[in-house]
Amino acid sequence: MTIERDAAALLPLPEVTFHVLVALADGERHGYAILQDVEARTDGAVRLSAGTLYRAIHRMLEQGLVVESDDRPARSEDDERRRYYRITVLGAAAVRAESARLSRLVELARAKGLAPRRS
Amino acid sequence: MRLHRLLLLLFPAAFRAEYGAELLRDLAARHREREGLARAALLVHDVPELLLDAIAAQWDVLTQDLRQARRSLRRQPGFCAAVVTVAALGIGANTAVFSALDRTLLRPLPYPEPDRLVRLFEREPGYGRLETSPANYRDWKAQVGSFTSIAAHHTQWVNLVGRGEPQRLAATATEAALFPMLGVEPLLGRLIDAADDVVGAPGVLLLSHALWVREFGADPAAIGAQVRLDDEPFTIVGVLPPAFSYPTRDTPLWVPLRLGTGGSFDDRENHYLWTLARLRPGVSHEQAQAEMDVIAARLAAAYPEPMARKGVSVRALADEVPVQARQLLLGLAAAAGLVLLVACANLANLLLARTLSRVRELSVRAALGAGRERLLRQILAESLLLAACGGLGGLALAAALLPVAASLVPTLLPVPAPVALDLRVLALGAGLTLVTGLGFGVLPALRLGARPDLRTLRETSQTSRGSSRAGVRQALVVAEVGAAVALMFAGGLLHAALQRVEAVDPGFEARGTLALQTPPPFPRYAEVGRREALYASVLDDVRARPGVTAAGYGSFLPMTMRGGVWPVREAGGAAQDGERPTALLRLVTPGFLEALGVPLQRGRTIAREDVREAQAVAVVSESFALRHWPGQDPLGRSFAIAFSEPVVVGVVGDVRVRGLERESEPQVYLSSAQVADGSLVFYVPKELLIRFEGNPAALATAARAAVHRADPDLPIAEVRGLDDIVAADSGQRRLQAQMIAAFGALAVLLAAVGLHGLLAFTVTQRLPEFGLRRALGASSCQLLQLVLGDGLRLAMLGCVVGALLGWGASRVLESLLFGVPPSEPTVALVAFAVGIGMTLAGSLGPALRALRADPLLVLRAD
Repeated sequence: MTIERDAAALLPLPEVTFHVLVALADGERHGYAILQDVEARTDGAVRLSAGTLYRAIHRMLEQGLVVESDDRPARSEDDERRRYYRITVLGAAAVRAESARLSRLVELARAKGLAPRRS
Repeated sequence: MRLHRLLLLLFPAAFRAEYGAELLRDLAARHREREGLARAALLVHDVPELLLDAIAAQWDVLTQDLRQARRSLRRQPGFCAAVVTVAALGIGANTAVFSALDRTLLRPLPYPEPDRLVRLFEREPGYGRLETSPANYRDWKAQVGSFTSIAAHHTQWVNLVGRGEPQRLAATATEAALFPMLGVEPLLGRLIDAADDVVGAPGVLLLSHALWVREFGADPAAIGAQVRLDDEPFTIVGVLPPAFSYPTRDTPLWVPLRLGTGGSFDDRENHYLWTLARLRPGVSHEQAQAEMDVIAARLAAAYPEPMARKGVSVRALADEVPVQARQLLLGLAAAAGLVLLVACANLANLLLARTLSRVRELSVRAALGAGRERLLRQILAESLLLAACGGLGGLALAAALLPVAASLVPTLLPVPAPVALDLRVLALGAGLTLVTGLGFGVLPALRLGARPDLRTLRETSQTSRGSSRAGVRQALVVAEVGAAVALMFAGGLLHAALQRVEAVDPGFEARGTLALQTPPPFPRYAEVGRREALYASVLDDVRARPGVTAAGYGSFLPMTMRGGVWPVREAGGAAQDGERPTALLRLVTPGFLEALGVPLQRGRTIAREDVREAQAVAVVSESFALRHWPGQDPLGRSFAIAFSEPVVVGVVGDVRVRGLERESEPQVYLSSAQVADGSLVFYVPKELLIRFEGNPAALATAARAAVHRADPDLPIAEVRGLDDIVAADSGQRRLQAQMIAAFGALAVLLAAVGLHGLLAFTVTQRLPEFGLRRALGASSCQLLQLVLGDGLRLAMLGCVVGALLGWGASRVLESLLFGVPPSEPTVALVAFAVGIGMTLAGSLGPALRALRADPLLVLRAD
């Protein structure tokens, strides 16, 4: 219960935080990979600057949403100088809570015909 | 990528160290994905993006620092409250006082090219500045070439009957040239122009902004409205802007002067016109003065009788601030400056003590790896936060004090009231406290940061007595005590001067009086007979009231109208030093001198029999009798003054007409029933003065009713007692003495706090030593001596510094001291006593702590 409560305390998540957490959902990545992932998943609609990313990562590290990862991918794929980040349990809970919050809002709008029907 | 590397320097160092390399790599990776033009475009895109990110990252750190500073300061609420209060007091007092000072003394007058504006006065032996007569003004204007424009004006009381009750106002009658000379544009409507300023033109008037708001509810339809001034119709043609303050700040309305009426051009002794002129470009004050000297000599040759000894003086308008007002404000500014000094010294001491007491904490943190930048940033953030709070507090205090400070700017000056706080002064005060905060909060920490090693850790557990920083702190305390004692000293002298002024006998009995200003409107009461009937009817009614012992009408009350001087002729006594004898003229009804309470020394006062058909009579003051008939009986003697040749029937005491602090001319009282119709209109009795026993409020109501029974249209302007007038006469002086006393008390309090802080700190540092002394058999008395001795030594030094400062200040303030010698012993003793008392109060707490030093506890701690 405590994890959920901690996550709820962080809501609403800043959009950058949300994107970074989603990008890390599949496994650890380094900064540049996060940037590319976000850009690709949003078809280029969201394009984070590197500075924005690291400011967000700094904050997320302090909040405990992500940690720096010691696990490295296979040696051939690894760029040793790179820092990798991993989503924490709290981070995952925060994304879930934020998604639930957003979909509740969308439901409310949909009931009034203000959001597209579920396809 | 070099550009990126440079931009990276704008990020906070910690961020750069942590993420800089990653960031650069990401940027480089993006660049590698693109070619040619696209790569160049990316570069253009990167630069503003990095800049914005750098600002955002700095902001992140700053907010974090401030959050941390707030947390850290919250743990020491007492310290914070002390720092913020001290800073707020210093900043607030200074901002308020300087806002007032700036308007009056520093800033040029609010007119275009103000240094070219001059006033012209006549002068004669005994009078440096005398208004001029229409005849002389006409000749000046016709002959002078030094000025591009010249305008005469004077102030006259008028009854305004507009929308509400009739009002009594001091209107300025002026030539049209005044307004363009001062560069004023009307807020609404138009100005008075040359066509209005001729005899026979329809009456027009300009309203001040204040009167327009008060009387006409700021209604633009007031333009074109008809009002009556002294029963004559006038049309309102314009409203002047709120800041326009010529000739005085509270001038309510302006009407055309219309010189050239009547036969007054023959009389060169009817001094009532003020003259304002603008110097021609290239003409200096001296050249203008030289030309006016030539014109005065020409007039003296043409009209030797009145003009023989008269000259003209040309005075800069900017120099019209009275010396006393200037010194009052300068004195206050100096006091406020001293308070700021004490405040800064105190801040320095508080911050220094705090930083030193944190040496151990900071060293530990530095040893644990907190970067020097991190520690500095935090201390900086704390200083900023404290300075910001102090600045806000100062702003609030200054806003509260501004009305008080504004009342120090004399209303008679041609400058608007200070309505806004001077932000430059506020910024200066805040800046000074910030510099103090940084200087004494951050610098020691900086030195500390340079050697975050074990030595510091060891050092802090030892006494810091005798170190250079202790010396700085002692010097600060000496400065504080000195400034406080100096302020007490100056405040004490001013207070002694105030008492001396208040002890001056005004020459009349101020208590138990009520005065109503009820001028009879003209032309309805132009005839003396009608006026006298009005006076008699009001006075009979008033005298019938229970408790009323005397009542009468007179031209003016003492200390409200200080002029009204006439030459005296055909009286006895040798001419002294070429000075022509003059006297202050007043017209009175029977009962006025009794109501005023001047002592009757010989003969009688003005009586009912002194009517126009009877022999003209005068009551003169003691100094008048002495001047003209020394050693002889003045009763039955005659002399000539103001179209009259009265016989002296009585001698009364002298009245300080010009205020408590000035000798005044001898006084002559004539019977108001004995003047000719249309003569001495300025002196027509308008002050109803009542002496009574009992309730003033009930009497005021009854007196108003009596006036309105006699004539319902009579305006009643001011209702006050003579004691109010006497109090108002020394009001500015009292206000200044009170403010300096308040500043002094503030400084004493601050100095005591500062001393306490210093001693508390040293006692804490020396607790082991005291414990050891205790253990070795030192008595309580010896320990007390140790601590108090420290405090007293500093206090004595401070007292000496303060006495020197105060003595110097009192030389500067000499003209305000009303004869109180700067070396007045009581004042010096009191100031010293306060200084020593403050020291003892400040030392008591720390001394007691030293006494309780437990040898065992202390030894165990080490």
